[in-house]
Amino acid sequence: MTLLLSVFEQGMIYSIMALGIYITYKILDFPDLTVDGSFPMGAAIAAAMISRDMNPVLALLTACVAGAAAGICTGVIHVKFKVRDLLAGIIMMTALYTVHLCIAGKANLPIYGKSTIFENGPVDALFAGSLRPFKTVVIIFLVTMILKYLLDWYLSTKSGFILRAVGDNDTIVTSMGVDKGTVKIVGLAISNALVTMSGCLFAQQQRFYDASMGPGTMVIGLASVIIGMSLLRKVSFIRLTSSVVIGSIIYKGCVAVAIKLGMPSAFLKLITAVLFLAILIVSMERSAKAKPAAQSAGGNGSGNPDGDSDAKVVE
Amino acid sequence: MLELRNIQKFYNRGTVNETCIFDDFNLRIEEGEFVSVVGSNGSGKTTMLNIICGSIPIDRGSVMIDGNDITGQREYVRNRIIGRVYQNPSSGVCPSMNIIENMAIADNKGSSYGLGRCINKQRIEYYRSLLSDLNLGLEDKMHIPVGSLSGGQRQALSLVMSTLKPLQFLILDEHTAALDPKTAEVIMELTDKIVREKHVTTIMVTHNLKYAVEYGNRLIMMHEGHAIMDLNGEVKKNTGVDDILGKFYEISIERGN
Ligand SMILES: Nc1ncnc2c1ncn2[C@@H]1O[C@H](COP(=O)(O)OP(=O)(O)OP(=O)(O)O)[C@@H](O)[C@H]1O
Ligand SMILES: [Mg+2]
Repeated sequence: MTLLLSVFEQGMIYSIMALGIYITYKILDFPDLTVDGSFPMGAAIAAAMISRDMNPVLALLTACVAGAAAGICTGVIHVKFKVRDLLAGIIMMTALYTVHLCIAGKANLPIYGKSTIFENGPVDALFAGSLRPFKTVVIIFLVTMILKYLLDWYLSTKSGFILRAVGDNDTIVTSMGVDKGTVKIVGLAISNALVTMSGCLFAQQQRFYDASMGPGTMVIGLASVIIGMSLLRKVSFIRLTSSVVIGSIIYKGCVAVAIKLGMPSAFLKLITAVLFLAILIVSMERSAKAKPAAQSAGGNGSGNPDGDSDAKVVE
Repeated sequence: MLELRNIQKFYNRGTVNETCIFDDFNLRIEEGEFVSVVGSNGSGKTTMLNIICGSIPIDRGSVMIDGNDITGQREYVRNRIIGRVYQNPSSGVCPSMNIIENMAIADNKGSSYGLGRCINKQRIEYYRSLLSDLNLGLEDKMHIPVGSLSGGQRQALSLVMSTLKPLQFLILDEHTAALDPKTAEVIMELTDKIVREKHVTTIMVTHNLKYAVEYGNRLIMMHEGHAIMDLNGEVKKNTGVDDILGKFYEISIERGN
């Protein structure tokens, strides 16, 4: 039970980060490594502010702004200075390491006993008695859903459509009289804002910041996106953003099972990498089988040419 | 009015592969003209369109619209008054988005892409009626990702998309080349109708001499970076496919093959 709860808690916290990666990797077609720096930056912001008894919601908003700023930097490096996408991300990832270390002040900053989004007066009063164990998971669920629906809404706006268009065929963005560089920068800003907020929530749930929590973020996010997409591709009524969230929970479940089966937790990154490889191979085989049915990124899951069905519905 | 003045354009300047496409090229297109451009492969037709639209830099010269020098203007700014159908059918559409979504993006051209809802349900019937004029059955495929349409269907859709909003210039690069003869005929009729209705200045590159002769009120033949033939008004009306073909042979004999 506790294991299941913690899978859901962490799965949903990571899913916010996975939504960010969904924007860059799937929509923008931009492999953005900035996330390995912006995720721990969110954690550092949470730890630094909360250890000074500041409002945990304010910490989340600060993380959002800081993440957007980091995304804008990556975007400007790529668009204005014409640095390749991968390199622009690596540059920012490296720079952010120092940034989050400075924000936190040291390489490890615990925040035990401080009030967080999950642990504060009003919330504790609301979840009294037997509801107590579900406190964290309910709050995370609410936050995740709010952010998911905000993203869904954004992707249905004109600005969101242009964002989807720029990853698809940037010539058309130019023909519409819009600067494609600006659109990419906006996309990176939104993506990194989500990732940083995810890091901020992660630190609040785990009650510490650690400088080494960054590396691997990208891989976890990618794995979640790919699991969600390939498993739920044929379930046309599920929005892609929802499948990313579900994918992230499934991924966390897999990792939890691996550890439960006796893998030492020091092997976590290795498990992550191997699991990701396995997922990649499986999903590639699946998509090869499913013919080149042009992947539909339709936000309303509209265009799904129904093919042969070996779709597993996971709920 | 559109003017190209003393254009010089090199590809791969300063390398062994340096090629000069234009050296002191001049062209003036009056408002409301419908210009057909013909010329052999590699004669610089697409390059000329790219220069007009600002897609590629030039080495010398200037591009003027209505007397204003727009040489330094960014491509996306220029595109606000230009509708363009590319030689490559994939360039004018978003493959992973469906027809309605593609049309909705095109329908917003000219205003800002802000936080309003992109798809306006009231417009969908209008999109459908525009597409049914093409007789390609696209009106029944409104929810299918455009990437799974055929090249010709995509090209026809790009034409509709690029002319959805008011525009000053229409740039067509072999926009019927990917179409079967019957559809090509339909698309040419539609193009002509759009040009007449919207009074839009049009430049149409084509390898189909019949269309070049039949449509438009001016005909230009490009060869080695020059307009070696430029027919207007009555003279163009009295010119047939054979005359153009004759000129083609003439230049290839000059070249010695
Ligand atoms: N990006 C480029 N780099 C180098 N050379 C180029 C480039 N684009 C075009 N060229 C060369 O410029 C010349 C003109 O090309 P362009 O595409 O304008 O021809 P075109 O008249 O449109 O031909 P077609 O009828 O085949 O479309 C060709 O010889 C081509 O090889
Ligand atoms: Mg060409």
